[in-house]
Amino acid sequence: MTDDRFKKFEERHARLKELSDAELKARFWELCDQVVTPIAELARTHTSPSIERSVLLRMGIDSQSALGVVNHIHQAGLLGKGAGHVLLKLADKHQVDVVKAAAMVLEDKEVLQGLFGEVAA
Amino acid sequence: MSDQKHLDPNKKLDIEELLENLEDYHPTRKGWVWRKKPAGGVDMGPFHYRNMSEPLKNSLGLPAAKYFDHIDPQPECVVTTEIASGRFEDDIRRMRMAAWHGADHIMVIRHTGQSHIDGMMEGTPEGVGGVPITRKQIRASRKALDMIEEEVGREINFHSYVSGVAGPEVAVLFAEEGINGAHQDPQYNVLYRNINMYRSFVDAAEAKKVMTSAGIFQIDGAHNANATAKAGWLVMPELLVQHGINCAYSLKAGMPKELIGLSTVPPNSPPAPKLWYDLPYAVALRDFFSDFKMRAQQNTRYIESDIEEAIRTHTIDTLISMLTSADLQSTITPDEGRNVPWHYNNIRGVQTVKQVWSGLDGIKELVSLKMDGPLGEMSRDIRERAVAFLEEIIEVGGYFAAVEKGFFVDSAKYPERNGDGIARDGQGGVGADSIVPRDPDYYAPVCAHYGENHLPEGVEHACDPIGGCTLCRPEKIAYIDELDTEDSVAKRLEKTWPYRKGDLIRPEVEWAGDGTILLQMMIPENEDYAREAALQMALKMGLSDPQVINLMVLHPAEGCFVEVKGNVTFDIDRRTLKIPAKVELLPEDEIREIVKRIGLKVVAGTVGEDEHSVGLREILDIKHGGIEKYGVKYTYLGTSVPVSKLVDAAIETGAHAILISTIISHNDVHRTQMRKLAELTREKGIRDRVILIAGGTQVNPDMAAETGIDATFGRGTKGIHVVDAIVKILKARGLA
Repeated sequence: MTDDRFKKFEERHARLKELSDAELKARFWELCDQVVTPIAELARTHTSPSIERSVLLRMGIDSQSALGVVNHIHQAGLLGKGAGHVLLKLADKHQVDVVKAAAMVLEDKEVLQGLFGEVAA
Repeated sequence: MSDQKHLDPNKKLDIEELLENLEDYHPTRKGWVWRKKPAGGVDMGPFHYRNMSEPLKNSLGLPAAKYFDHIDPQPECVVTTEIASGRFEDDIRRMRMAAWHGADHIMVIRHTGQSHIDGMMEGTPEGVGGVPITRKQIRASRKALDMIEEEVGREINFHSYVSGVAGPEVAVLFAEEGINGAHQDPQYNVLYRNINMYRSFVDAAEAKKVMTSAGIFQIDGAHNANATAKAGWLVMPELLVQHGINCAYSLKAGMPKELIGLSTVPPNSPPAPKLWYDLPYAVALRDFFSDFKMRAQQNTRYIESDIEEAIRTHTIDTLISMLTSADLQSTITPDEGRNVPWHYNNIRGVQTVKQVWSGLDGIKELVSLKMDGPLGEMSRDIRERAVAFLEEIIEVGGYFAAVEKGFFVDSAKYPERNGDGIARDGQGGVGADSIVPRDPDYYAPVCAHYGENHLPEGVEHACDPIGGCTLCRPEKIAYIDELDTEDSVAKRLEKTWPYRKGDLIRPEVEWAGDGTILLQMMIPENEDYAREAALQMALKMGLSDPQVINLMVLHPAEGCFVEVKGNVTFDIDRRTLKIPAKVELLPEDEIREIVKRIGLKVVAGTVGEDEHSVGLREILDIKHGGIEKYGVKYTYLGTSVPVSKLVDAAIETGAHAILISTIISHNDVHRTQMRKLAELTREKGIRDRVILIAGGTQVNPDMAAETGIDATFGRGTKGIHVVDAIVKILKARGLA
C-alpha cells in the first residue's frame, strides 16, 4: 500500500512537473472544485438542527425557544419540512403569529401532529 | 449614529453607561472595512511613505516618535489584535488602548467549550480561555467600538468565530449584530473539535451564505495545522490543500472572493533557518491564491515564556509579510506562551507590526525576491505536492474518505506519512447522524438561506410570508438580556466599581482590580536556587500567589534572569496622591528661534562645598540633551564656586541667566545659597536683567518663591525644562 502510494506520487509528480505555473494553478483549482462539489450538493439537499434554529432566529424567535422548538420538530420527524415552514403552518392553522406558534410547540408538541396532512413518524 | 456618545480621550470609558439600553441597540454599519491607502503614498513629518494608510485622528506612536514630530504612520494592512480575557467588560478597555496604538481588527476568542454547545449562549457569564459569545456581549462590544472608532478616526472591524455545532445560528447572530469578520472553516470543526464531518460541512454552507449577506469577512482555519503538527514546516503542501478546500467551498456557498481570507502563518522559527521554509511557502500561497485575501499571522507554535524571543520571531514574520503581501497582519501577544495575554502585551504586538512596517516601508522598491534559484524551485515543489495531494483525495473517494484515512495534520512532508494524522469517523463526532434530507416541500421563510428552498406559490421573497426576517427588519430580533443574573456582568461590575469609578487604585493585567504585577530580577545562582530565591523575594515583598513565569539561564553557575508574577494585596487611595503641577513646554522650534535671536547666554556652576557636577553637566551639555542643544551659550565655572564669582561672571559676560546647582543639602545649604544669589544680584543692581535658577536633588519647585529667585528644579530635570523656563521669563519681562 505504502509503496504503491509513493509510486503513484512519483507518477503524478512527473506529470505535474511538465505543467507551466499557470497550468498547475488551474489544475489546483479544478481539483478543489471537484472535491467540494459533492459536499456542496450534500449541503444543498440537507438541513440540520442548527440550520433550522438559525432560520427561527431570523424569524424573530429567541435562541432558547428555538432550541426547544427545533428539538420537538426533529422528534416529530418534521425537520425535513423546515422548522420555519412548520411554524408557519401552525400559525396559519391557529391564526396566530409565528412567535406564538413557537410558544405553542414548546407548551405541547402534540400540536405538530397532522400538520402536513399525515401522521408524522 | 446621531445619539452616539463621544469619548473624551482624558476620561475612562463608562462601562455601566455602555450597558444601558442595549436592547435597543443596532449596529451603525455592517461589513468589513479596509484601510484607506492614498494612491500617491503618505507624507508625514519629513518623510514620504509608500506602504502606509491614512493616519489616525488620535493615536499613540512608537516610543521613538517623539524624535520625529510625533508622527504615527499606519501600515496599509489591517492590523489585528486578539483580546479575550473572559470578561468582556474589561476587554473593552483593552480594545480602546489597542485602537489608540493602531489595531483596527479586534478578534475575540470564544469561551473554551462553546464550540460543543449545540445552541446559543446568552447573557454575560464569565468565560474561561475566552469570552462566551452572546448577543449581549457582542452588542456591548460593538457599541463601544462605534465610539472608539470615532475617537481614533478609523473604522474598527470586530471579529469572532463561526465554528462548532451552532455555526449557522452564530452566523445569524453575527450578521444581525454587525460583526465584521469571522473565522469559518468546516475543516477546523472536523479536525480539531471532532464535530461530525457531514454536519460540519452542511452547517458551513448555511453559515457562509449568512455571513456573505452581511459582508462579513471570512478567515479560514488552516493555520491550525502548523500549530498542531509536530513539525509545522513539513505540512506546507497540506496547508495549501486546506486553504483551497475552504476557498472553493465558500465560493460554492456564494461568498465573493474579496470576502475570503486565508489564515496563514510562517511555519518555522529560529533557531531553524526560517526563511528557507517560510519564504517559499509564502510565495507558493500567494501564487495559487492570488485572487483571495491574505491574513498573515505571527507564529505561535514555538512561543514559550520568553517575550523578547517571541517578538524577534514576530519581527521576522512581519518581514515575510512585507516581502510578499498581507491584507491583514495579525499580531500575537508575545506573552501568549506563559499566561492569558495581558493588556500591555496586546500593545506590544501591535507595536511590532507598526515598527517593522514603518522601518521597512517601500522595501519592495529597494529589493526583490530572487525567483530563479532555490526560492522559485522550493515554491514550485510545495505547489506540485499540494496538487498531488488533491489528486490522491479524489482517488480515495473524496474529502470525507480522505479524512477517515487520516490524510490531514500528519506531520510528515507529503507524500510521506508519519501516521500521526487526525483521522475522523464519518459516523462519529459531536452531532453525528444529525443531518436530515430536505423534503420536496422544504421551506425556510428567511433571507440568506443556502440550498433548496421551495417557496410557496406566489411568494417572491422568501421572508414575505412572515412580513420580513430579522436581516430585513432588525427590530424583530429577539433580545435576551441575562439567563443567570448571578453569573453576569452586573455582578462583576459591582465588585470592581472601586477600581474603575471609586478612588482605589490597583495594578491590573487582565481584569479591573486583579492586582497582578511582574517582577524581573537577576539572581546570581543556578536555576534551582534562582527559582526558589525569586519566589521568596516576591513573598517578602508582600505579593500573594507568586509564580515564576520565565527563567533564562545566563550561565549554569553564574546566574539566571527570572520573572515572577504575583498579586499586590493593598490598594492605593488616589485622594492621598499629590500630583506635581505640569509645565506645558514651549514648542522646540520657538525656543530655538528665540535663543538664537537674542543670543542667549548663561553662567553656571555648583555652589557651596559641592564637588558634584554630573547633574549640572547634564543640564548644560549637548551630549545629554542639555541647554546647549537649543543653542544656548554657557560659561561653566566649575564646582564649589562662590556665588559672588558667578554674579561677577554674569556681569562680565552679559549673561541672561545664572544657574546654580546644589546636591548635598545639609543645614539647608541649598536655600541659603539661593537667598544669597538673590541678594547679591540686587546689591549689584542686575536683579531685573538676570534670571536666577537653582537645581539639585533636594530642590523642589516651591523654593524659588521662598528664596527670591526665579525658578527651581529637582530630580529628573532636563535641559529643555531649564531653557523653557528661561525663555518664558524673558518673554514675561518683555525681553524676548
